[in-house]
Amino acid sequence: MLQLQVTNSPFNESQIELLNRLLPTLTEAQRNWISGYFSAISTAAAQVPATVLPLAAAPQAPQAPEAAAAPSQPVSREVTVLFGSQTGNCQRLAASLSRRLEEQGFQVTVSAMNQFKTNGLKKVENLLILASTHGEGEPPDNAKAFHEFLYSKRAPQLESLRFSVLALGDTSYEFFCQTGKDFDQRLEELGAQRLSPRVDCDLDYDEQVAEWVQNVIQALNGRLDAPEIAAEAVVAAEDTGIQESAYTRNNPFRAEVLENLNLNGRGSDRETRHLELSLEGSGLAFEPGDSLGVYPENHPELVGAIIQAMGWNADEPVPLNKKGEEGPLHEALSHHYEITVLTKPLLEQAAPLSSNGKLSELLAPERQQELKDYIQGRDLLDLIQDFGPWQVSARSFVTILRKLPARLYSISSSNKANPDEVHFTVRAVRYQAHGRERFGVCSVHCAERVQAGDTLPIYIQQNPNFKLPANPAAPVIMIGPGTGVAPFRSFLEEREELGADGKTWLFYGDRHFVTDFLYQTDWQRMLKEGVLTKLDVAFSRDTEEKVYVQHRILEKSKELYEWLQAGAHIYVCGDEKHMAHDVHAALVTVIQEEGGMSPEEASAYLENLQQAQRYQRDVY
Amino acid sequence: MVKKEAVKPIGGPPSDVEHIKINSNYLRGALVETLNNPITGGLPEDENRLLKFHGSYMQDDRDLRNERERQKLEPAFQFMLRIVAPGGVATPAQWLVIDELAHKYGNGTLRVTTRQAFQMHGVLKWNLKKTIKTINDTLLTTLAACGDVNRNVMSNPNPYQSEVHGEVYDWARKLSDHLAPRTKAYHEIWLDGEKVVDTQATGAEVEPIYGPVYLPRKFKIALAVPPSNDVDVFSQDLGFIAILEEGRLIGFNVTVGGGMGMTHGDTSTYPQLGRVIGFCRPEQIVDLAEKTVTIQRDYGNRSVRKNARFKYTIDRHGLEWFVDELHERLGWQLEAAREFHFDHNGDRYGWVKGSNGKWNLTLYVQSGRIHDQEGYALMTGLREIAKLHTGDFRLTPNQNVTIANIPNAKKRKVVELVEKYGLTDGQHFSALRRSSMSCVALPTCGLAMAEAERYMPSLIDKLELVIDEAGLRDKEIIIRMTGCPNGCARPALGEISFIGKSPGKYNMYMGAGFTGDRLNKIYKENIGEQEIIGTLTPILHRYAKEREQGEHFGDFVIRAGYVTATTSGTNFHN
Repeated sequence: MLQLQVTNSPFNESQIELLNRLLPTLTEAQRNWISGYFSAISTAAAQVPATVLPLAAAPQAPQAPEAAAAPSQPVSREVTVLFGSQTGNCQRLAASLSRRLEEQGFQVTVSAMNQFKTNGLKKVENLLILASTHGEGEPPDNAKAFHEFLYSKRAPQLESLRFSVLALGDTSYEFFCQTGKDFDQRLEELGAQRLSPRVDCDLDYDEQVAEWVQNVIQALNGRLDAPEIAAEAVVAAEDTGIQESAYTRNNPFRAEVLENLNLNGRGSDRETRHLELSLEGSGLAFEPGDSLGVYPENHPELVGAIIQAMGWNADEPVPLNKKGEEGPLHEALSHHYEITVLTKPLLEQAAPLSSNGKLSELLAPERQQELKDYIQGRDLLDLIQDFGPWQVSARSFVTILRKLPARLYSISSSNKANPDEVHFTVRAVRYQAHGRERFGVCSVHCAERVQAGDTLPIYIQQNPNFKLPANPAAPVIMIGPGTGVAPFRSFLEEREELGADGKTWLFYGDRHFVTDFLYQTDWQRMLKEGVLTKLDVAFSRDTEEKVYVQHRILEKSKELYEWLQAGAHIYVCGDEKHMAHDVHAALVTVIQEEGGMSPEEASAYLENLQQAQRYQRDVY
Repeated sequence: MVKKEAVKPIGGPPSDVEHIKINSNYLRGALVETLNNPITGGLPEDENRLLKFHGSYMQDDRDLRNERERQKLEPAFQFMLRIVAPGGVATPAQWLVIDELAHKYGNGTLRVTTRQAFQMHGVLKWNLKKTIKTINDTLLTTLAACGDVNRNVMSNPNPYQSEVHGEVYDWARKLSDHLAPRTKAYHEIWLDGEKVVDTQATGAEVEPIYGPVYLPRKFKIALAVPPSNDVDVFSQDLGFIAILEEGRLIGFNVTVGGGMGMTHGDTSTYPQLGRVIGFCRPEQIVDLAEKTVTIQRDYGNRSVRKNARFKYTIDRHGLEWFVDELHERLGWQLEAAREFHFDHNGDRYGWVKGSNGKWNLTLYVQSGRIHDQEGYALMTGLREIAKLHTGDFRLTPNQNVTIANIPNAKKRKVVELVEKYGLTDGQHFSALRRSSMSCVALPTCGLAMAEAERYMPSLIDKLELVIDEAGLRDKEIIIRMTGCPNGCARPALGEISFIGKSPGKYNMYMGAGFTGDRLNKIYKENIGEQEIIGTLTPILHRYAKEREQGEHFGDFVIRAGYVTATTSGTNFHN
């Protein structure tokens, strides 16, 4: 009989010790009895708690009826749900899906991809994957290793596996849902069979998720008569499972603005707003590392220009959403629909509404690159102006628009330190493109049109992948240039409030010391009081040679490695494209040089840290 | 280690600054560490105190202080750098370096101080070292431009008597060099000089004149050449009045115990004028200055800083005691003072031919601020002149600039540049404006209670209406303004003076002597602009009508009974 270990089973040390003592002593009858006992429990009980996990490595109970079932018949009642999540959406949906499956009598193992032991994959029969896509078609941090494994030579053939993929993404990105597509394609290549087709979700994913969940459950049950699941039900389950508050993504809290100030000193070419909101009466709570979802308003000038360009009536009633609510056009365009981003699906739906044939021509398959270039940096007003005349009513036009999504910002305060308040940090995005000044929807809304006393519709988005170490004595290294520093204000406030005695080290950078040192006096106070042990800064435009945080990391390589060896957790927050990559490379160099390792060993060292959740990133 | 008897406080425990000095290991303190701290653009208070000896003050843009505090940003810390220039003399090459530094690391302007030094503002902490090093590379220094040491030695820029100027300026340099601190700290910190590993040397060996705690307070020396008292020789701790015979320098009358600073509401503090104590030969003045400094070092008040200036030491112990003590330390006696006569303490503007046949042009510089304005590119103009100039530049004690020793052949070229950049000798301004002086004050000076440099021009605009109406446009009236009572623009010697109390409010003083030989007296307390104009209008009109032949405004207001004459600093407040 297989000797159980922590590495080949889902049990912890003490459980394994007990099991290893018990299992060799069992007679065959006793083993059958136990097997039957667990089967009976799992099939009978709809309320099996998620913590009761199936014995993946244990021998299959011989009398389990699902064992040899043919496809399209109910097979194994065991389902493995794996998620790859950066900001927590897939993780939440995975939890909600698991609860739903358990209610249906399934035995569910739910896990982040990097917590899943790949040597058990061969034994999995039903695999549900939920994965978001990050950056330029990259997997989220906690999906990287699994993604790599599947595409490696070590990946096993998976003929007995049935699977389905839910992909989260954003149609305004070129590599829309790429990670989900990768998993879907690769599992097929490895011989697995689809339970139900992959569903690719855009930002407003509620309905598509509900549809996928329903299909998956039907397939798992091997029948087509599963009760229809309303989108609300999935979403409600998603939300209420997480927090006590009645306020959620779909029912945001209108939080009063207590403070809204520019953190950049005069003379800066940047504008970074610090907003403090009241959570009083909301019941909302959060942990350091969580994000704040904020529903913005579109820029009134852009709304006005669109209405004018189309010759519409601003007060004309139009649908506000798919639920049939109606409201005046200007309200719909200000609060309900996205008008600043163009996507390929939007252009495809708009083409028949334009009397100008050029839009259809642009969508021709051979002009893909041209289409991509056109979409880049343009908004609805450009589309309207470039491809008129239009023969479409406002009523029908708005139905092709995406719902205005909330923006997520790292929370920059500690709930414990400032009860009933939430602070966040947002840099105003303004730039010139295609002959017109462009504004970041939410950032400029916050910068220009929100004052103390106003309210903002908000919700809390948990981020389980960006959390302080449970051990308050563990050293913490925080790397957050620019607005990436926001969550670390929350981290440090929290540690201060808890009286945590672990050392802390912050790397910060921006352009100019005098004007762009965000939260400077907060850090100075924390340094003085010992909450912050070390602070290293890099201001790129103050010196002839540009210096960034990664240069400071390399300068402090010896000490940084000592911290790592002493069990430090590293957190990186901020720009994904350049900073996070450069910082990652710098960390590899530090480990390589100080640890006397090869580049591969150093990378593996970091991967291990990531696996152990000692290297967490919130990058965008 | 430091000998204990080196600190001789009078009447009380040493002040905090005395502790900072003695613990600084000859002006080192933690300057290197705190200058390198990248988290703040400022320095801790102790290091800021020490930095002054190195010629710099930490300041911040006070206009932004509250705003930045709300923005969670520290104050906009920046550093003022003062460059020592004995007698205000700089070569064209030095001028160009300073001009470039002001643009590269400063706020793009320069300021001529009332002590003939250069000042640049807005230097960030990280750029201090580079700036100071470059200044040193051009053979200038910032060492001892501030702090409890001998400050920039002033001397009359005298464009008329070229030979006498040369001689007096040489003595100014010698005094400056002799009284400069000897600590190697300056070289270590700014010039990458080798670090003195272990300071086993005693105080007398490292600083033979100052010792390990330096002076109780700043010490100021000036040399005047009559008939001009432009250096305000009586406002100095130690003054030398050149005595000429047949156009040749034969020696100096010596004045001691002057000083401008005081504290509002504290009558134990007051401005005082130096008194003439005798005459000495030129070659004796370095010795005399050194011994005077050591007397102040040993007897000055080290407990209460606001009573620490030399003037209080003299007034506490008496002039006679001082002269005795001085004679004893010198080992020789002063001769009886010689006759001298001062005409004025303002500058003579415009073109003047020196006795050496070369030309000198004194330009008017409002409040000493050198910068470019629309149609008046003073900074650019001076830079362009410096590029071709073969003589020297002289900063005047009234914050103006003289382009000195221009050979005949270059004069036309200079005239062209003056016209091209709109530079001016101020002839088209009122005599009142040409006779005005103000300190920097807000937004950079940490001591300022009210505006000075930024406000003075607009106040004069309004007073000019009155002056014009009264027919006094060409009448020189010495008018001075400071943002606090510390006296940078020598306000106690203004015929009309304003000393800031709070934003927009000033104490108004009148009645100083036109040649800098009498202190003024307070006339109105805590008044704003409207009251200033309202008060001065009838007095100026009456002065225009009732003044006697050649009678100066400061004399008139005493004769007319507006104020009584201040005969000594000790009755300034009476």
